[in-house]
Amino acid sequence: MNKFETFTGIAAPMPLVNIDTDMIIPKQFLKTIKRSGLGVHAFDEMRYDRQGNEVADFVLNKPQYRETSILVAGDNFGCGSSREHAPWALADFGIKVVVSTSFADIFFNNCFKNGMLPIVLPQEQVDLLMADAEKGENARMTVDLEAQEITTSDGEVVKFEVDAFRKHCLLNGLDDIGLTLEKSDSIAAFETQAAQARPWV
Amino acid sequence: MSPKTLYDKIWDAHVAHEAEDGTCLLYIDRHLVHEVTSPQAFEGLRMAGRKVHAPEKTIAVPDHNVPTTAGRENPDQMPEESRIQVAALDTNAKEFGIHYYPVTDIRQGIVHIVGPEQGWTLPGMTVVCGDSHTATHGAFGSLAHGIGTSEVEHVLATQTLIQKKSKNMKVEITGQLSPGVTAKDIVLTIIGETGTGGGTGYVIEYCGEAIRNLSMEGRMTICNMAIEGGARAGLIAPDETTFAYVKGRPHAPKGAQWEAAVNWWKTLYSDDDAHWDKVLTIRGEEIAPTVTWGTSPEDALPITATVPAPEDFTGGKIEAARRSLDYMGLTPGMKLTDIEIDTVFIGSCTNGRIEDLRAAAEILKGKKVKDGMRAMVVPGSGLVRAQAEEEGLADIFKEAGFEWRLAGCSMCLAMNPDQLSEGERCASTSNRNFEGRQGFKGRTHLVSPAMAAAAALTGKLTDVREL
Repeated sequence: MNKFETFTGIAAPMPLVNIDTDMIIPKQFLKTIKRSGLGVHAFDEMRYDRQGNEVADFVLNKPQYRETSILVAGDNFGCGSSREHAPWALADFGIKVVVSTSFADIFFNNCFKNGMLPIVLPQEQVDLLMADAEKGENARMTVDLEAQEITTSDGEVVKFEVDAFRKHCLLNGLDDIGLTLEKSDSIAAFETQAAQARPWV
Repeated sequence: MSPKTLYDKIWDAHVAHEAEDGTCLLYIDRHLVHEVTSPQAFEGLRMAGRKVHAPEKTIAVPDHNVPTTAGRENPDQMPEESRIQVAALDTNAKEFGIHYYPVTDIRQGIVHIVGPEQGWTLPGMTVVCGDSHTATHGAFGSLAHGIGTSEVEHVLATQTLIQKKSKNMKVEITGQLSPGVTAKDIVLTIIGETGTGGGTGYVIEYCGEAIRNLSMEGRMTICNMAIEGGARAGLIAPDETTFAYVKGRPHAPKGAQWEAAVNWWKTLYSDDDAHWDKVLTIRGEEIAPTVTWGTSPEDALPITATVPAPEDFTGGKIEAARRSLDYMGLTPGMKLTDIEIDTVFIGSCTNGRIEDLRAAAEILKGKKVKDGMRAMVVPGSGLVRAQAEEEGLADIFKEAGFEWRLAGCSMCLAMNPDQLSEGERCASTSNRNFEGRQGFKGRTHLVSPAMAAAAALTGKLTDVREL
């Protein structure tokens, strides 16, 4: 996994609440056996008409948002299906950060596994960033994970919280499986104990 | 010892390692796998030269993509991409030596129906699958939840998940249900109350007299939709109903092990003075047959209600409701019972079990669906299908004008050819009414099996109590 480095990018506003993972990547694109190449299909049913033409007023189709790397979204972003194709599609599009008041649990977890940072902020700060994002391509925000800060285009600084272990993994591009396999002894000890306590499992 | 919830007890019994910051390695007892969210995980193992850590605890079945029409053993029935995914699961199951139920096996079906049916799911276990409706297995008092594909790979490689503990939420349904009210109506009512984000950060335990009185099938329907309320998992404490369901299943413990297992399972309940971070209580008597009007499972109302207006809501929900009404083609103030239906779908991991088919058949017996109605039943597994045929339910469905299909996820998520066309309106026993879920611009109303059957007869959303 690539290390998560401080970057400055365009933020797009998506104020709709309850954007679900079916919206982020509809089922017809789940038939792939690869992780890559889904960016072109992100938000497919909102982004294209039936003939495959772009819907002009969808935010990511507007000229000033085509290079978006930060989404500022409504409540409960990523609800519904566990499909990791949702963060794969967003990452492939170029999204590195999603900001919302709340995220669905599985989507939130899936982001970290793909080098993406979901940031939870209180409503008034999401409102502030949403207003900044509305400005279009001049609204370049800077996200600094080490310092846990977002800096708006006006130079305002918004602090955010992040789980220390997940921060460490993102900053260092660490592979979860490798880390867990270092604890193989603990797993083996647990299996021995569990086999005695619950032999039927 | 401090009092514990059921969730606390199962959690504590599965922590293989705990770091100072509370990050745990949670040991996984059962890993269920299907064809859509696993290919990249197996490929990851292969590229890293890793094996499946515990193949004997790993169970695979193709369900999302598979056609539900006759002759499907012939792979040519599937579009190429689906065929490749199912073939990949075939290969991965063989190569990594995991349990497998291919479409040619009568035990094949929706992964969340097959697991309990075969006795893989037992009380007190941890169960995961790359599918959000893994919550279903919580009905047995097992901690069960959906995971992403990276986590599928993590579990395959290590048999653990990196987790932090969730908070405890209690949802109590007191008293008795009224006639015509089912588990589906309970869970839709709960989600209507909490919203789709109300359970985020929690594991919900469902309890109370109305829950205790449910069959295992009904309990699975409730836990199945815990995720629609945002919860990591739903749980129901195991009891005699649970033990009776589990006993004798192919992979359930037997003999002395059965006795030992039941003894432990009987300790799996929340202590009286356990701490709850959130509590919701609903009177069973107040729950009516419930339907959804919008494009989120939280858009649930009693069938006797009218379509709401955007102004009835606050905050971001105002715009979301406006968008939903436009998508659904509904006008505020119209009666829900005036909504005309084109299609009825009975099936899914929410409502594709034998009891669901019995409830629908009971309404349909000796009757015919409305002229022009497209109606289909997709049993949750080959064994459910066989049992329904033996009980004469299949004949009732067919005589009423329903298509009688083979097992799979089918129109619940429409990855196979069972899809809604643009503007087509469906009364569906599935779990999600999201935009495009059942087909591009298709319109979904979530209902119970009995309510789906009633809608098939009248051509409208219908209060089953009035039939």
